Amino acid sequence: MPVQDADTRRRNFAEVTLGFDLAAARREAERCLLCAAPDCVPACPVHIDIPAFIEQIGRKDIHAAYRALSESTLLPAICGRVCPQENQCEGACVVGRGLDPVAIGRLERFVGDQAIIEQWHEQPHIEPNGRKVAVVGSGPAGMACAADLAKAGCAVTIYEALHKPGGVLRYGIPEFRLPAHVLDGEYAHLQRLGVRIECNTLVGRLFSLQQLRAEMGFDAVFVGTGAGTPRFMNIPGESLNGVLSANELLTRCNLMQASDFPAHDTPLDLGRRVVVIGAGNTAMDALRLSLRLGAEEVHCLYRRGREECPARVEELQHAEEEGVEFHWLSAPTELLGDEQGAVAGLRCQRMELGESDASGRRRPMPLAGRDFEFAADMVVYAIGTDPNPILGQTSPLALDERGYIAADADLATSLQGVFAGGDIVTGSATVIQAMGAGRQAAASICRYLCLRDSAEIYRKQPPATGLFGLAEGERNFLRLREAMP
Amino acid sequence: MTTEHQQAGPAAAASARRFPILAREDYSDASFMLEIGDQPLARAARAGQFVIVMLTENGERIPLTLADFDPAQGTFRLVIQAVGKTTRQMQAQCHPGTTLYSVAGPMGEPSRIGHARKLICVGGGLGVAPIFPQARAHQRAGTRVFGVLGFRSAARVFWEDRFRAVCEELVLCTDDGSAGIQGLVTLGMDQVLARHPDCDAVIAIGPPVMMRACAEFTRPRGIATTVSLNPIMVDGTGMCGGCRVRVDERIQFACVDGPDFDGHKVDFDDLMNRQRRFRTQEAQALQKWSDSCRLHG
Ligand SMILES: Cc1cc2nc3c(=O)[nH]c(=O)nc-3n(C[C@H](O)[C@H](O)[C@H](O)COP(=O)(O)OP(=O)(O)OC[C@H]3O[C@@H](n4cnc5c(N)ncnc54)[C@H](O)[C@@H]3O)c2cc1C
Ligand SMILES: Cc1cc2nc3c(=O)[nH]c(=O)nc-3n(C[C@H](O)[C@H](O)[C@H](O)COP(=O)(O)OP(=O)(O)OC[C@H]3O[C@@H](n4cnc5c(N)ncnc54)[C@H](O)[C@@H]3O)c2cc1C
Ligand code: SF4
Ligand code: SF4
Ligand code: FES
Repeated sequence: MPVQDADTRRRNFAEVTLGFDLAAARREAERCLLCAAPDCVPACPVHIDIPAFIEQIGRKDIHAAYRALSESTLLPAICGRVCPQENQCEGACVVGRGLDPVAIGRLERFVGDQAIIEQWHEQPHIEPNGRKVAVVGSGPAGMACAADLAKAGCAVTIYEALHKPGGVLRYGIPEFRLPAHVLDGEYAHLQRLGVRIECNTLVGRLFSLQQLRAEMGFDAVFVGTGAGTPRFMNIPGESLNGVLSANELLTRCNLMQASDFPAHDTPLDLGRRVVVIGAGNTAMDALRLSLRLGAEEVHCLYRRGREECPARVEELQHAEEEGVEFHWLSAPTELLGDEQGAVAGLRCQRMELGESDASGRRRPMPLAGRDFEFAADMVVYAIGTDPNPILGQTSPLALDERGYIAADADLATSLQGVFAGGDIVTGSATVIQAMGAGRQAAASICRYLCLRDSAEIYRKQPPATGLFGLAEGERNFLRLREAMP
Repeated sequence: MTTEHQQAGPAAAASARRFPILAREDYSDASFMLEIGDQPLARAARAGQFVIVMLTENGERIPLTLADFDPAQGTFRLVIQAVGKTTRQMQAQCHPGTTLYSVAGPMGEPSRIGHARKLICVGGGLGVAPIFPQARAHQRAGTRVFGVLGFRSAARVFWEDRFRAVCEELVLCTDDGSAGIQGLVTLGMDQVLARHPDCDAVIAIGPPVMMRACAEFTRPRGIATTVSLNPIMVDGTGMCGGCRVRVDERIQFACVDGPDFDGHKVDFDDLMNRQRRFRTQEAQALQKWSDSCRLHG
């Protein structure tokens, strides 16, 4: 995969990885063995039929490849870019046992990008079924759920708290990894399915979950509000100026475009020597964004080692190439300030790895007498997030012991007719897992509403007579037939 | 492949809410009121809550307290002090017939109402309008409400009649004595307490120095004191942590845990320091905007 040269890209906002062209995509597709019982498919959280779509690329029928992808994913152009493929599909690919695995993500991105350029959209004939469903949150979980319900004939409205849709894809992941036009392309698709998107709507405050069902006429609700609340460490000095969460840094730059201040009004107090605490995807984004904004030095502190770094391998490599300095096995104990109340540095501890903890990772332990100080005029926290408290505060929704929404195997919550999925149920995960949860919830909602995939069932049916003995998940042949040209 | 139903999609997808400005009133050369129409927001608003406003698509998200709301009319009001780039631009551009790019809310936990028997509501500067809905809600809940309002001078006084309608007594305090008594709001509080020593709660909204002074005034007297904090915010949904404040030695997010907090437990130095975070950028934005106004007349 061609990329922009590290010295050039570390100062610009253009996308780092340049896409395949058709010839390169076909060359890569040729490497796939088209396994009869492929290992890659079960390793993809939404079980994309990987050999099927790759085979179509080999045949130069990119539209057919897109149709194969659309069976399972709504956002190929996005997942192809941001999935941690090395732990998922590509990590399981048989070719990868001896050579580099087939670049499944990049092929998927290639097809997704072609679909946006060519304006393909897999659009079945939609027979309205008279049911109204509300989706709270417009991240990947909400989008996927809305799309599937719209295809099933429901009138779907997405409510989003911010002024633009997309969730983390909009406010978190930066332009150089996921260009805004790709996101806009995928949203346009959603709108073509007839989904309404109402921004500026903070559910729980403007109206409650109960009101959606009792007063606003929604038959079911899906909650996909993400795990957005940034964590701090509760060490001295955290409220000094120049200390902020990665979410704030990324939101100011991606959603509010502070990098273009003062043409855009939102300011940013970027430092010259930036330290980011943490080494996940969020940290990588904060590090690489700081470089592009013009910081002179960008450092990463992580309490475990490089092996344990949870970021996508590609992001870590890119950050290293671009000149981010990594300090493994280091953790701050205190932030130091100057007379103006701004941050001037950190006091840190060296760590070593001890026994494995519950998550199976080795627990970092401080090494006595190995404290050191580190100068910094901006400190960014990227040490994870907690669930947003608003829906818990404003409804009787049952939460689990960590504060996430409790949901059963069908993603049903404790409130009747309310389903939930994505980061707000699992804790921070991945885009494709959130999307998978959205689709699973859509299927559960269809069952809950007694909507079956046949024209008969699209009419409102009282629950008791809704089933007709048909098997779950069968295809709607009527719909497919009507959708034919 | 497309059918009529599908072609109706994109049109149906456009949001219905528009946030029109219906009325405006200027209270001085620096403060003005906007009345905005939005049925869902007017219906949901509770005393103590705020909204996040964007004037234009490239604008900043700024928090403003709901100074009044009328569910029957479907309107709400904001009272704005023109202090920097965005608020001055609103002063210049927001007139009846125009719309705001976005208004999100109501945000924050509603104020606790009905816990006090005799309550002093203290408002100073940009805190005068925000305390009005609280005074009214308490009065409606059967609490006896006493008002103490601080202004720079008589020329800046507004809403005196509205406060008189909900307050049993109202003390105006001005820096120069041109209206009411001359002195700080703590002097006004002292006067109210002299007549009503059994007041059991205080709510103070205004600049941090004023809220701190009120909290220090009531601390030795043991009167429960609520303050409404105004740190710099971005999203207002608990997602960025920019609005974090220290209360009782713990980090709290003002937009979801507040904005009301126990005034005796708030670290005001911390709040004031954090409010200065963007001094340089704010001056730069204001300068650039003033220059462009001069250029275009
Ligand atoms: C900086 C960053 C980088 C990442 N990089 C990757 C990556 O490379 N690969 C990967 O797979 N994953 C990555 N992730 C994780 C991934 O983005 C998330 O797992 C995924 O976005 C979760 O989707 P979601 O739909 O559950 O929630 P979100 O994307 O968080 O969306 C939730 C939406 O709900 C809205 N909302 C919240 N509360 C309310 C309410 N009360 N009313 C209305 N709306 C509300 C929010 O404003 C938000 O728009 C990254 C995350 C971050 C923060
Ligand atoms: C919960 C809350 C309620 C508020 N209610 C009102 C109100 O009813 N009426 C009113 O006039 N003002 C209110 N404010 C303050 C108002 O938000 C700021 O005056 C406004 O953001 C200033 O923007 P500016 O561009 O005009 O000025 P700037 O020059 O950008 O800033 C001037 C001052 O405002 C503060 N400020 C700047 N940006 C923000 C921001 N994004 N969020 C919060 N504060 C900021 C800064 O501390 C600065 O000292 C409230 C603030 C909060 C947090
Ligand atoms: S969605 Fe992600 S995991 Fe699944 S095939 Fe695509 S890149 Fe791989
Ligand atoms: S495992 Fe690898 S080679 Fe086999 S089908 Fe999947 S991508 Fe192709
Ligand atoms: S304003 Fe962002 S968390 Fe409160």
